[in-house]
Formats: sequence, C-alpha cells, structure tokens
Amino acid sequence: MATIEDIAEFLDKAPGGGILLTTVDAVMNWSRGKSLWTFPMGTACCAMEFIAASFSRFDFDRHGTIPRPDPRHCDVMVVAGTITHKMAPAVKRIYEQMPEPKWVVAMGNCAVSGGIFYYDTYSVVRGVDEFLPVDVYIAGCPPRPEALQDAILQLRKKIASESISPRRRRPVASELPQPSDPRKGDLEEQPLARSKATAGGPDV
Amino acid sequence: MRIEELRERVCAMYPDLCPLFSIEFGDGSIAVPLERVHSAAADLKDMGFDRLGMVTAVDRGDEFEIVYRLQSRDLRAAMFLKAAVPKNDPVVPSMCDLWPAAEWQEREVFDLFGIVFDGHPDLRRILLPEDWSGHPLRKDYADDRIVRRPDYI
Ligand code: SF4
Repeated sequence: MATIEDIAEFLDKAPGGGILLTTVDAVMNWSRGKSLWTFPMGTACCAMEFIAASFSRFDFDRHGTIPRPDPRHCDVMVVAGTITHKMAPAVKRIYEQMPEPKWVVAMGNCAVSGGIFYYDTYSVVRGVDEFLPVDVYIAGCPPRPEALQDAILQLRKKIASESISPRRRRPVASELPQPSDPRKGDLEEQPLARSKATAGGPDV
Repeated sequence: MRIEELRERVCAMYPDLCPLFSIEFGDGSIAVPLERVHSAAADLKDMGFDRLGMVTAVDRGDEFEIVYRLQSRDLRAAMFLKAAVPKNDPVVPSMCDLWPAAEWQEREVFDLFGIVFDGHPDLRRILLPEDWSGHPLRKDYADDRIVRRPDYI
C-alpha cells in the first residue's frame, strides 16, 4: 500500500505535481492550524490561566482552539503546570495516546524548566522537554492568556511550514534569539550561539 | 477552653509531664516520652480531643520529632502532642486504633521520613512512586537528580 510519503514523492517528481503538492499542503496546514484542539495537561496553577483562556473573556474557541478532555481528540498538548517525577509517566502515556500529527506547548516556567522548583527539590521534572518533544515554550509564572495566544500563533507558523513530502519540510526557528540551554551542558557554546543570533540584528 | 485551663487539666492528668507543657503558635503543646505517646493520646482522646487533625514529623538533626495535632469541637481547643523519635530505630506506635484518620497521615510520614508505625494496617508509600528509594524529607537525603541552589541566588 502506498503511504502518503510515497504519493508525495511521486507528486514531487511528476510534472506539475509540485503545484498539486503545495496546494494539498496549504489546505492541510490551513485546516490543521485553524482547529488546534488542545489537551489541557493542567497539573498546577498555570492551568487556571489556561482555563481562563478558554472562557469568554479571551475566548479561544473563536480561533478553533478548543480544549478537549480526551487525548484521542486532540492535536496539541498544553502542559500547564508542574510535572513531578511521579506524574511524568502519565503525561508521557497521554501524549502517546494522541493521534499524529501532534504538538506540545510547554506553558509556564515549571513546564519549561522546573521554574521555581528547579533547585533543591527531589520531586519535580526540570522541564517537560526531558521526555516530550516540545514545540513552543511560554515563559511566565503563570503566563497570561495572551501569551498562550501568541504560542498558538507561533505554532500555526510552525504548522504552516510542514509538508506531506519529507523533502519539502522546512525547519522553523523562533524570531527571538535562542539562548543555549545550561541544563544540557552546552555552556561553552553560548558565545557562538549568541553571536550567530545577533549577527545582522540589533545588539541584545 | 482557654490554654490555662487546658494546662491545668493536662497537669492534673500527668503531674510529671507538667513542665513539658508549653505554648506554641497560640496552642498548648505537650512533649511526652515516646513510650507514653500512645497512652497519652488515648487519655487526651478521652478528655475530649476526638479529632486528629494532622500527623507530621520534623527532622531535628540528631532525632526525629513526631507531631500530632489534636482538636476538639466540644472543648473548643486544639493542641499539639509531640514525642522525640530516635534516628537509628524510628518506630512509633500507630494511632490507627484511636483515630482511623491516622492511617493515610502515617503513611505519608512513613513515605517522607521513613518513620515506621507499629501496628499500622497497611504501611506503604502514599505520595512517592512505589519504587522510590529513600525518604526525601530527611535532612540527610541525597539524590543525584537534585540540583543544589548556588550561593549567589
Ligand atoms: S510556572 Fe508558576 S504559575 Fe505555572 S505551574 Fe509553575 S509555579 Fe504555577
């Protein structure tokens, strides 16, 4: 049976297939980006902001970001809260229950890095990216719903660069300068990464 | 019941422990030897302290301290009952026979401090995963996942 990758490869080579491929991609990415159903992995205080975001004041429903309590219906897992070592296997298991394609938003300092629980704690995972592939990070303790909105828009940009053809997938980078991650022990590379990020841009 | 009244009643019950009665956080507190903690709790329950609000422990460095918070609606009073527990053999009589509410609380103290409750019906970990090793609220707990806070923060 031909997989979608085979079809994409065939279209890539066929004359005029590229036009069809980009059209299919555009339709698919548009529909995926406009109906990001979120799984509220709310384990701590950040979940309150997530809940606020889905109620009428911020009303995320209006752009198709609807929280669903069932991972099998969801496209995006929003990890909003502190993840402990005991909770981590459950989070991973819920993530594995989500159908492809799926994305992860780490909302709040706790989900990004452990936040205020980074030091001197035996129970907290230092960032969900230790076990999940995170697409968008939101800093803040807690982030405001506007920040979550921005994360959804960033995620849409990322989705818009996807393609059913593996050859056409483009990596996307945030427009913000990327600091290196001291947790991964790449402190030495930091000056290099800095200079790359600031080359041509304003000094930060 | 006012604290002075509570002190009088406790002193009438245990004249030898009267000097150990103190006032902590606005409530009466009595420290008893470990071998008398169960009988003292039973007596205080008979006196009217029919609710066990909380069981917790403190790591004092060279010994543990087990802390019971007793409350009474009839007496309108609350008090602490404490006992020092040796570190090399931390065994405390379970209060489950007096207050069934002690069961989970004692499991928590066992989980985080490693204090064993003698007579507890089901002494297992309650908060941490079952395969966890060590008791993290002990001061000497070590775990290579813990990142120590540097001095400059
Ligand atoms: S980042 Fe702050 S607000 Fe969010 S879960 Fe952690 S402590 Fe709570």
